[in-house]
Amino acid sequence: MPSIVQALKHKQATEAEAGAIHEAEVVALPVRRPPLVERFGPMLADLAGRLAPPLIVLTLVLVVWELLCAQAGSRLPPPSKVLTDAWDFIVDPFYDNGGIDKGAFWHIAKSLSRVAIGFTLAAIVGIALGVLVGQSTWAMRGLDPIFQVLRTIPPLAWLPLSLAGFRDAQPSAIFVIFITSIWPVIINTSVGVRNIPQDYRNVAAVIRLSWYEFFWKITLPATVPYIFTGLRIGVGLSWLAIVAAEMLIGGVGIGFFIWDAWNSSRISDIIVALVYIGLVGFLLDRLIAALGHVVSHGTSAS
Amino acid sequence: MVTKAYLNFEQVGMSFRRGTLATEVLRDIDLRIDEGEYVSIIGHSGCGKSTLLNIVGGLLKSTTGEVFLEGQVVDAPGPDRAIVFQNHSLLPWLTVYGNVRIAVDKVFGRAKSASARHDWVMHKLELVQMAQHKDKRPHEISGGMKQRVGIARALAMQPKVLLMDEPFGALDALTRAHLQDSVMDIHAKLGNTVMMITHDVDEAVLLSDRIVMMTNGPSATIGDVLAVGLPRPRRRLELATDAEYTRCRAAVMEFLYARHKLPSRAA
Repeated sequence: MPSIVQALKHKQATEAEAGAIHEAEVVALPVRRPPLVERFGPMLADLAGRLAPPLIVLTLVLVVWELLCAQAGSRLPPPSKVLTDAWDFIVDPFYDNGGIDKGAFWHIAKSLSRVAIGFTLAAIVGIALGVLVGQSTWAMRGLDPIFQVLRTIPPLAWLPLSLAGFRDAQPSAIFVIFITSIWPVIINTSVGVRNIPQDYRNVAAVIRLSWYEFFWKITLPATVPYIFTGLRIGVGLSWLAIVAAEMLIGGVGIGFFIWDAWNSSRISDIIVALVYIGLVGFLLDRLIAALGHVVSHGTSAS
Repeated sequence: MVTKAYLNFEQVGMSFRRGTLATEVLRDIDLRIDEGEYVSIIGHSGCGKSTLLNIVGGLLKSTTGEVFLEGQVVDAPGPDRAIVFQNHSLLPWLTVYGNVRIAVDKVFGRAKSASARHDWVMHKLELVQMAQHKDKRPHEISGGMKQRVGIARALAMQPKVLLMDEPFGALDALTRAHLQDSVMDIHAKLGNTVMMITHDVDEAVLLSDRIVMMTNGPSATIGDVLAVGLPRPRRRLELATDAEYTRCRAAVMEFLYARHKLPSRAA
């Protein structure tokens, strides 16, 4: 009996010793490849399970709308009439008859270009100010009350002031985008900077990062998830603001297109334009979320 | 002849002030640690062990007394006193490799070429058996693996003293044993001077040359120092029945649970 116990002990000892030096080797087991149907069947079922509910609901909404607006004298067109009325507008988004008589693509592209400029400026200035407010208690105490008041001002309320300042429609529209989307960027960035864990600061202190290195190697990467939360809110707000601003400043742009369509009683065009605006806004949000996901290596929620 | 201590604590004391109320956490800490020595600091929670380690690390400034490393006063954090943090403190946006590389680039940016720094990082990762996981990010590896990377990062700074703040505290028993063996192995190879905070009696006896036992706070100080006379290399299975091991273990237990029992209020 004792010999067995000893042998067992010895075995454990050598095993523990071996384990201390080598990690267990990973042995790859041969994978049985299931037939094609077996592999793609569940995937298709999953896809159908995801796509079916929104399609069914959409169909139901269209049917109810059709039924409600089908009778003669109804003020809004049913989907079938929208489709026939606005058919030219839908099938040819690239026509350009000069002036503001252009296809949907050109209007949306113009609006997007304004958002791109205004939002990019807001992102740059917003992140810089956010880092400042997050890092300096003095700057936070000085600037935060001003930000909290300014951010509640509706986008369009800025338009007359910016027209007075810029004396031109284009920069005024861009300024409205800028001033609308900057607040969530500033606020989220500053929260992110303030929430950098003490652990990261300790690590940086031990390896003696300079403030410059700390900013690039710790502050920015640690704040990325917060920054992108701010950017997502910001891009949504700027898309909301541009449509309203364009209604007032006129010219090419999806906002004024809607206003123009209303003035010429092209209700079907308005409805199609609204669908486009919704889709573009959705895509903008997804785009920023995807960008954040890539930049933060999957640590920010999408 | 008086040998000069490598790491020297002279009358170190620490008080935290909150408003008008000052709490003395540490008082009259005198300790000399020799080069290559493995010293554990053990005590009940709240006895200021971590505070003491942070003072050596330079993250906190002692209110009285000084800590000397090779005769130099310690007054700021630095890579010569690398810290293995309890919660690993890896940067989540960097890979395993990147987490070690950032320290190596900073510490040896001038002294070593880029390829030498790469080899240095890989060597440290091999030392903790993480080389094959070098491209993973912290959220993709287990707690034990994260702590291995934390140890590799600290070792990569080639510190004069390796400071470990309850390095195995957050790990399960099996992983902990495995990692303790790794640390013993590395200590045998490199001969670092190590100061480790722990609250695990077995861990302290297994790893240490000396165990510093702290009295309870507030105003905690060194109650007793126990030399562990066990030859190295040590094997945990053989030690279970070793007389010296049992004696040391009993001495620490006696100190912690009989002489300096934690007041029942804080249990």
